[in-house]
Amino acid sequence: MMAFQSVDTIRILPEIILSAFAILVMVLEPWVAARKSALGWLSLAGVIAAALATLKTAGSPGLAFGGSVSADGFSLFFVDLFLAIAALCLLGSIHYLERDRVHHGEYYALILLATVGACFMAASTDLIMIFIGLEISSISTYILAGFKRQELASNEASLKYFLLGSFATAFFLYGVALVYGLTGTTNLLRLREQAGGSPGAALAALALILMFVGLAFKVSSAPFQVWTPDVYQGAPAPVTAFLSTAPKAAAFAVLLRIFAGSLAGSGPVSFWVLWISAVLTMTVGNLAAIWQSNVKRLLAYSSIAHAGYVLVGITAGGAEGVSSVLFYLAGYALMNVGAFILVAHLAGRGERRVDVADYTALAAARPSAAALLTVFLVSLAGFPGTVGFFAKFYVFRAAVHAHLIGLVTIALLNSVVSVYYYLKIVVAMYMGEGETGVSAAAMPNALRAAVVLSVAGIFYLGLYPAPLLAALARIPKPGL
Amino acid sequence: MSWLTAHLLTVIIFLPLAGAIVLSFLRRPPSLRWAALIFSLLTLALAVGLFVRFRPGEGMQFGENRPWIASPPIRYHLGVDGLSVILILLTAFLTPLGVLVSWTGITRRVKEFHVFLLALETGMMGVFCSLDLFLFFVFWEAMLIPMYFLIGVWGHERRVYAAIKFILYTMIGSALMLVGILFLYEKTGTFDFTQILAALSSGALAVSPAAEKWLFWAFFIAFAIKVPIFPLHTWLPDAHTEAPAAGSVILAGVLLKMGTYGILRFCLPLFPNAAREFALLVSVLAVIGIIYGSLVSMVQPDLKRLVAYSSVAHLGFVVLGIFAFNRIGIEGAIYQMANHGVSTGALFVLVGLLYDRRHTRLIREFGGLAHTIPVFSAFFMIVTLSSLGLPSLNGFVGEFLIILGAFRARAAFGALAAVGVILAAVYLLWMYQRVFLGQITRDENRTLPDCNGREKIMLLAAVGAMILMGVYPQPFLRRMDVAAAQVVERVAPGGGSAARALWSAGERSR
Repeated sequence: MMAFQSVDTIRILPEIILSAFAILVMVLEPWVAARKSALGWLSLAGVIAAALATLKTAGSPGLAFGGSVSADGFSLFFVDLFLAIAALCLLGSIHYLERDRVHHGEYYALILLATVGACFMAASTDLIMIFIGLEISSISTYILAGFKRQELASNEASLKYFLLGSFATAFFLYGVALVYGLTGTTNLLRLREQAGGSPGAALAALALILMFVGLAFKVSSAPFQVWTPDVYQGAPAPVTAFLSTAPKAAAFAVLLRIFAGSLAGSGPVSFWVLWISAVLTMTVGNLAAIWQSNVKRLLAYSSIAHAGYVLVGITAGGAEGVSSVLFYLAGYALMNVGAFILVAHLAGRGERRVDVADYTALAAARPSAAALLTVFLVSLAGFPGTVGFFAKFYVFRAAVHAHLIGLVTIALLNSVVSVYYYLKIVVAMYMGEGETGVSAAAMPNALRAAVVLSVAGIFYLGLYPAPLLAALARIPKPGL
Repeated sequence: MSWLTAHLLTVIIFLPLAGAIVLSFLRRPPSLRWAALIFSLLTLALAVGLFVRFRPGEGMQFGENRPWIASPPIRYHLGVDGLSVILILLTAFLTPLGVLVSWTGITRRVKEFHVFLLALETGMMGVFCSLDLFLFFVFWEAMLIPMYFLIGVWGHERRVYAAIKFILYTMIGSALMLVGILFLYEKTGTFDFTQILAALSSGALAVSPAAEKWLFWAFFIAFAIKVPIFPLHTWLPDAHTEAPAAGSVILAGVLLKMGTYGILRFCLPLFPNAAREFALLVSVLAVIGIIYGSLVSMVQPDLKRLVAYSSVAHLGFVVLGIFAFNRIGIEGAIYQMANHGVSTGALFVLVGLLYDRRHTRLIREFGGLAHTIPVFSAFFMIVTLSSLGLPSLNGFVGEFLIILGAFRARAAFGALAAVGVILAAVYLLWMYQRVFLGQITRDENRTLPDCNGREKIMLLAAVGAMILMGVYPQPFLRRMDVAAAQVVERVAPGGGSAARALWSAGERSR
């Protein structure tokens, strides 16, 4: 066992800061009776402090804590991504909690802890450490999903997420146990050295599939997506914004570490598992979304479809595939968080107005909200000028590069289908006639800031994607 | 001035968008309308300047080539040849018409309407100027959104259905095209059209016959939906009928031409062998389109739907001319693209004006209008004659060249197309007779106002263009010579002489 070094703490400095702020929020909670929003701003300060800390972490990259955590470009990208998601969600939550009378400080602490868990998932190079990160993030989000404890739907979401999520983590743990039994280690770096010469190939494949199933639950890829619509619909919308992006991206980070990295030796099995899963996920998500009349549920199915596009990039693999996946996750986070927090606002007190029909004639009542939501939807649909276009484009290009023409064709036809249901909301907002059902309240400033920031990001990356992509291409990919 | 010359295409593309941004700061409907008109007229002035300064007898001109995205290497590469310069002029001509025809008809959300109209113009100009496949695709897709809103927000009763149908049909095509573009990029490492074309024609890039067939269809289906070629035409009657007048003008006038433009610019030069292989099939579909479009047009009770189906027939002519693979046919096709834009655009303007007066488009609601609105009827007559191809008006030149080209390629198709010309005369003149001639059957029609100044100006402009293009086609034909010759050089080397030679020979003997 290596001795504890101070550089180790620098390599997990962002996580330490986030945890400290989470504890601080919980300690202060009883003392701040009247103005809970102060805790929200404090948490935001914590996120910003952690973001600054990533600069320091980037200055001393390397392994920490006996090779179980790695501070490399790959993990730092994800840490920054999670911090951005957390910041946007916090900005979108403060007024929401006030409005729906569930303003408790623990909410902010749980968001911070869920972010810590996601960060550890992305940064860990040891299967056990990944598992711990997964648990930290999962347990926080189970509670967050049920945060509106007075509401049946929220309770149901929490329970469902908890039960199915526990199964998922159990599958993952089985896979880890099998790997340990086969190789005597859970460290991904050591596994990579041993790969190829391992004896029980069948058992290795089984371990791989078990771990994949566990992560497939988390990224809600078909056929393990069944929980997603119910949970995303029942959970408070700002929580859904977080759920649909941060834990998902974290699980993809782990998938990349395992599939594109350490166990790449087990070629055809993982390739076909990914290929089939990508096709199923896209198709199931898109086809189911067509029939939805609830906006949250529609966006839930859309997020399943997007997981499918990401899987196309993972199937393509290689440095190009991984870069494209990272770019996709960043773009997807911007548009999905933006869409969900805006929907949270428009739904009004108690989130009663979440039907597509409620969005009728929104453009006449609140032109700016309608225009902003249109940008998110058009970007999710992947029109040029928005990040959604380049996100898909890079993923598909990587797949064509890997000679997956069939997969790309299926993906593109899928994205045509998706245009229909995204535009369904646009149709209601701009072309429907009558009274709008959604909340006509003005957007609170914090929410407006978050939404405008996301839209700015969507357009910036939609017109100048090259700098980010070049930066991502420079990141050393795990196992490549 | 030299800066403007060097960046003329960029200015033409983005001036309407700049106008759209200016418009978003204005409030009052009159100032919005005037601002939109001024920006579209400025664009028209620049497009005329481009047309005049375009040097006939040379290929791509006014090139601009700058990197846009470093990796993958996507370039902001623009350039125009005779084919695009004519379509740019057409686009710039029809957009102010679109503004003018909406002057009183659009009263709801005036700002958004004009913003979308100008944004649409930017998209269309970009499509015709792009020489980078990726840039082309971006404009091609981006243009869908404003059109979708124009149909869906300001259209008639079934507008939402029509808007969704329009966008989904087009996107299925473009999804396939994107696969094709990515495949070409994979083979060549570039999206630059001129480089890909050079690699293909020099043999530096060899594509297997099977792959070439796939690529041809990936591109062709995208364009065929847009044209539309029978049997992919079913979105068109809905979109044209439900769109507001300005939307129909642009849809029929410009958007359909993007399909035939794409076939000429990309499909034939990039995949000549596959094009030759499927030429017969496509020609059959084109002739079916001509006959079927005409017959269906004949029985339409709705004026707008009648004009919409006539587009299926007219575009059938264009496709037939293209796939004749000789210079006469292709030049006729290019000319007919412009003609159809002007004539059918004007027809939609007229139907729109009629709708503004009576709020119906049903033929049986009219009758004897020539008594009450004589000036309007006279304009309608001229436009109808231009659309059915009366000599000395524009339609004749294009159709004549196309039929001649088709005759030289496959005589039977030329003959069938000539039947289409007769059918066009039948459905258009019959429509005219029922609407304008005879006795006034409805009292509402007795008090219709005749054309006002604004309407006269726009109709005079359209009729002037028709006459100019009908009696003096040389400036246009001269400019498209090289473009047509280059296409023919790729698909059928040694494909005959230029239409211009034929035309001036015919003039000399007259």
